[in-house]
Amino acid sequence: MESTTYTLADTQKIANQIRKQILGIAIQSGGCYLAQACSSAEIIAALYTQILNLGPSAGEWDAIPFPGVPGPDNMDYQRGSAYHGLPAPDKDRFFVSCCHYASVIYCALAAVGRISPAALEKFNVDGWNMEMIGAEHSPGFENTAGSLGLTVSIAAGTAHARKMKGETGLVYCLMGDGELQEGQTWECVQAAGYYRLDNFVMVVDANGQQVEGAIEDQMTEEPLAERFRAFGAACVTCDGHDIQAVIDACRTEHPGKPLVVLCRTKGYTGVPPLEKRWPFLHFVRISEAEKPEYQKIYDEM
Amino acid sequence: MKIEVNTHEKNMIRFAAKHLEVLVLSADLGSSCEVKQFRATYPDRYLTMGIAEQNMCSWAAGLAREGYRPFLHTFAVFLYRRILDQLEMSVAYPNLPVVFVGFVPGITTPGGVTHQSINDVGVLRTVPNMTIFDVGDATEIEGVLDLAWACNGPVFIRMLRKEVPRLFPASEPMQFNRARVLSQGDDILILSSSICTEEAMRATQALKEKGLSIQHMHVSTLKPFTDPTILEALKRTKYGVITIENQYEIGGLSSAVSELIAENGIGCRLRKIALPGYPHGASKMYLMKKYGIDAMHLVQAVEDLTGKSLAITEADLAEERFVDFLEV
Repeated sequence: MESTTYTLADTQKIANQIRKQILGIAIQSGGCYLAQACSSAEIIAALYTQILNLGPSAGEWDAIPFPGVPGPDNMDYQRGSAYHGLPAPDKDRFFVSCCHYASVIYCALAAVGRISPAALEKFNVDGWNMEMIGAEHSPGFENTAGSLGLTVSIAAGTAHARKMKGETGLVYCLMGDGELQEGQTWECVQAAGYYRLDNFVMVVDANGQQVEGAIEDQMTEEPLAERFRAFGAACVTCDGHDIQAVIDACRTEHPGKPLVVLCRTKGYTGVPPLEKRWPFLHFVRISEAEKPEYQKIYDEM
Repeated sequence: MKIEVNTHEKNMIRFAAKHLEVLVLSADLGSSCEVKQFRATYPDRYLTMGIAEQNMCSWAAGLAREGYRPFLHTFAVFLYRRILDQLEMSVAYPNLPVVFVGFVPGITTPGGVTHQSINDVGVLRTVPNMTIFDVGDATEIEGVLDLAWACNGPVFIRMLRKEVPRLFPASEPMQFNRARVLSQGDDILILSSSICTEEAMRATQALKEKGLSIQHMHVSTLKPFTDPTILEALKRTKYGVITIENQYEIGGLSSAVSELIAENGIGCRLRKIALPGYPHGASKMYLMKKYGIDAMHLVQAVEDLTGKSLAITEADLAEERFVDFLEV
């Protein structure tokens, strides 16, 4: 699997598969973080198949029971990061700050052969490691990311450490745009700029929505690109549903600076009926009455 | 009594020379936290994180994940009250070896309520995986970093700075989860911590002269709180136990002792000498007196527990002097 070379068409196919699987979960259980899958499917598929340089998965092929919380007597539990391969100086690291995307990450891991497709059956099942919101032990998660704004600093600290050690691998952090309202995000960007972390890439799924509605109706965020540049980062914007554009944006040269890739996306991409609900798409519920409409889309995917 | 100056400054450099993984992180208060000289000695191991404690904390978690040992330096109050979520979710939950070196604990700063960490022990005792040390003198400042290193997990240190007395022999370093016995006796048990230990030593001298048998123990490990020697002393004391601390009256040493008494079903009365609420900005000695965390109030608590009037005055207490361990 790891030696597989993916064409752009393969990557698009994986993105479609991720979207379809999450839609299936949403129909089956009456709701899911579906819009996040719709907005990020191409970004996450591109990261796992085209952008990240990861070693072979070192995680269990199947889902495992919850391995316990970390503590002095439990430090050898299986880390979620094992699914991104063992740490190595030349390999990349991938942090997921937007932990509500856990289901999307699990589906992506399955699509690229890093975890069993059957493991997805344990998603959000009591007592298993495939939780709805991930923590240290959840496949694909380096850390416990549920409190927004913390992960980007942890990822930057990791990048700083790797830079001091002379490692060549990069550190990527996937973020939502709502969490850019957290003050800590900007504390982090200014520090990443100060320490010239050119091994650090923040990829933002800028879907323009948050729990209470459209971002512009909650808080002033724009102009994001200018803000990131003012805080010492390089910043490029791209269409987050255009796989080649995402790849090109992530490969932007950014000497002496961290890079921010703002992927502009829409949370109803691929599932048209969601558009009439926009921007109230944080957690999409599908009622019994609506199921046939969504089932039809699922069947045609 | 010998007064030592800037003990942590020298010790941090000595410690970092031994352990190459050690980094110092500062939030613009390094020069107030005795790491100015560290910065000059090890410029590449001194990371300025700006006036941004939240990012500093999570960033340190990233460094620790890569094998570094970050020692965060700023005022204690900014290392728990301001950043509790970062401390818990970035460091404590994953059990990472990040050391929070918190300066000017309690009322040791004239900086006023925003600068005074009065419930750090209370708050952090509720944080799983966290170890809490509260140093009492120069000897403990010299020993605490080695203990923090050995913990290999999150550690919070209530650190003292500048002029600090040497109350304990330099040859007897601080021990993990073990109280220091300063006086042996059976009538009253006094458990003291931080700057209050010096006060308790003054009071103990005067109380002994009145014929009381005092068990005085200095406590420097506040979490875990499972020291069997404290439990034994609680079982033995005749009139009860008095805790005296540089901390709010709920959550700190007094609460830890209460839990021990209750859990073990010990019939032992407790008198708490602690800060009754938020303090304000003034000198240390003024605030200790004002809020009653001093030798005189300790004597009054002994009178209360024993039912005896001891006729000890402020003047009696002022006459008490300590042995100078370095100069003898």
